[in-house]
Amino acid sequence: MSDLLAARSQMAVSLAFHILFACAGMAMPLLMVLAQWRWLRTRDPVWLDLAKRWSHGVAILFAVGAVSGTVLSFELGLLWPGFMGRHGPMVGLPFALEGFAFFLEGIFIGLYLYGWQRTSERAHLLAGAVVLVSGTASGSLVICANAWMNTPRGFVLDHGVPVLTDPIAALWTPAAGQQALHMTFAAFEAIGFAVAAIHAFMLLRNPGNAFHSRALRLALWVGAGFALLQPISGDYSATQVAQQQPLKLAAMEGQWHTEVGAPLRIGGWPDAATETTRWAIEIPRGLSLLAFHDLDAKVQGLDSVPPADRPPAAPVHIAFQIMVAAGSALAGVALLGLWLRVRRRDPAQVRWYLWLVLLCGPLGLVAVEAGWTVTEVGRQPWTVVGLLRTADAVTPMPHLAWPLALFSLLYLALSAIVARLLLRHVFASPHEVDHA
Amino acid sequence: MPEVLVAGILLAALWLYALTGGADFGGGVWDLLARGPRANDQRALIAQAIGPIWEANHVWLILVVVLLFVAFPAVFAAIAIDLHIPLVLLLLGIVLRGSAFVFRAYGLASDDEQRRWSRIFAIASAIAPVMLGVVLGATISGSIRIDPDTGSVVPSFLDPWLAPFPFAVGALVLALFAFLAAVYLTLEATTPDLREDFRDRALASGIAVCVAAWVALASAHSGAPRLYEGLARSPWMLPFQLAVALVALATFTALWLRRFALARVFALLQVSLVVAGLGLAEYPYLLPPDLTITRAAAPRVLFAPLLAALAGGAIVLLPSLFWLFKVFKGRGHA
Repeated sequence: MSDLLAARSQMAVSLAFHILFACAGMAMPLLMVLAQWRWLRTRDPVWLDLAKRWSHGVAILFAVGAVSGTVLSFELGLLWPGFMGRHGPMVGLPFALEGFAFFLEGIFIGLYLYGWQRTSERAHLLAGAVVLVSGTASGSLVICANAWMNTPRGFVLDHGVPVLTDPIAALWTPAAGQQALHMTFAAFEAIGFAVAAIHAFMLLRNPGNAFHSRALRLALWVGAGFALLQPISGDYSATQVAQQQPLKLAAMEGQWHTEVGAPLRIGGWPDAATETTRWAIEIPRGLSLLAFHDLDAKVQGLDSVPPADRPPAAPVHIAFQIMVAAGSALAGVALLGLWLRVRRRDPAQVRWYLWLVLLCGPLGLVAVEAGWTVTEVGRQPWTVVGLLRTADAVTPMPHLAWPLALFSLLYLALSAIVARLLLRHVFASPHEVDHA
Repeated sequence: MPEVLVAGILLAALWLYALTGGADFGGGVWDLLARGPRANDQRALIAQAIGPIWEANHVWLILVVVLLFVAFPAVFAAIAIDLHIPLVLLLLGIVLRGSAFVFRAYGLASDDEQRRWSRIFAIASAIAPVMLGVVLGATISGSIRIDPDTGSVVPSFLDPWLAPFPFAVGALVLALFAFLAAVYLTLEATTPDLREDFRDRALASGIAVCVAAWVALASAHSGAPRLYEGLARSPWMLPFQLAVALVALATFTALWLRRFALARVFALLQVSLVVAGLGLAEYPYLLPPDLTITRAAAPRVLFAPLLAALAGGAIVLLPSLFWLFKVFKGRGHA
């Protein structure tokens, strides 16, 4: 394995691991605060129990998210000193602001988790709300830094070397808004459905359980709401990517040749050797319509640049198909749930629906991983589009397979432990925990 | 000179990390060394003391890293390349410490499992400060060099840190963090017996700090000659060292007389003096001998918005931190 591939793999492993915890850090506090708010409104102790149990989940997920995020902030330098050494100031403002948002999250999570008996009820709920707001702000600011790598702004080229001239323009680049919106919705959708799936599993084993019924309904409202909003933000993202990152769009869609009235390809395999996308179902003019809202729009193909400057189309196209399929499935599950509500049926008591939620529950997290594969692999071979190639950003450190193996094993072990703890102690039925 | 101001803020963040996050690692060290009939009570007190605050305290380190790569990217890149190995070990310590702590706190698991997490938490708490000290020591030792032709670091993956001086600084940081934790814990102890336990530990680790400081200074003679010169020759260094010695003596006296609140004030002062002295001895360098603060600084245009962001952040951060410490470290504790 080359050191470059090892570095890219380690970054991929670290991001893939951290993003799950980052999503949970953004979205679990919403569930926790909503449950606590219901407790304050109704004084029904089941809600209090639920708020406390979810807050234990937040405690575990936030801690692992915080330490794995620390690893990433060091890895930016450990793996990509060519990027940080040259462009650190470009992503300076979003990271500095993110530092403060993360700080607030760390402070208020301590107040929330350990403050049940030490603060007034309203102050305690407020602390939970600050965790929610600062967590979401922190995620969005990191995405602003990532957006700069996709659509770099705020600098001039001085003899070919980019020099920062406008830090505000570098903070808020064209890709920032759509990326932050799409990711924030995705986090709430994915975590809402993942939590709902776990409680659906418990309800299938333990029908009618009041604790799990309430948990399921609340998580489902959150997950379904964002699943129905997400297609709107997805459409916005697609049109933005089409204008700002045409090669990423070409890779996402397996579009090899520049074409007027390009078709939408569903499935299929982009083959770099023949520069065709085989076995795809093609909907005539569909891509031009979706990406530019115009049936006759011209879509730039991968062949508009030399092969060395093209992203690898196959993984980007496949990942994009997975993301869209997973998102569509969840939107379908959300619509079915709404239909049940309209028919005045309780989704927590409909067995086939519980099975559906259980089976589709992990799809949101799958979509998040696939979406990040699209945006990161779709940017290759660049670390910063047009300015810095990934091969030029990597550290000269040799033997990078060793830290790759170390962090892979570490994250694998942590994933298994966290999954076990959550299932046994956070999402289990109340009486099962009491007997544990 | 906005870059000097940002370098000062960076040093302040490092100082606050030592006083807060450092003591949390020190607590883990005392978990590892818990002995005697009250070993389990000692562990419970430590867990209770650091539980609500360790995540917030940890963020000072993130702030240090972010300020370094934002404002002084060349220094960050140089350290990240040459100190890859100790930084990976530091991260390993940070990840295992934090994870094991929450796994233990929220596990409700069997005693066996609790003991295993406790062990991992404690060992990781001891590794991280040593590695932090190694990174700090290697950075100030002058052994990370910048190639004047390319402007980037001379790659060298072992020599800058695999030397006596960085490890002497590592031992000093470990002793200092353990000392701070023991002093804080005398004030948080819930019974007189526990208070005596941590008084003994504070006195013992205080002596360890003095020994480690002396060893670090001695090894600086060959391991960090420029720093040694600065410490030995500078006109203000003699009064400064006298002040450190006097404060150390005052800390010991206060501990001896069981004036614990006073001991904490002197201990804080002692660590603050050490950090300030380090900053003064290094000035104007950030990565000696090749990069001064000004040479390593990011483009000037960044500093106004960066300082505005830091000021804005401080306005929301400081009251929040105050509330956190008031709720958990206020009345009934100190």
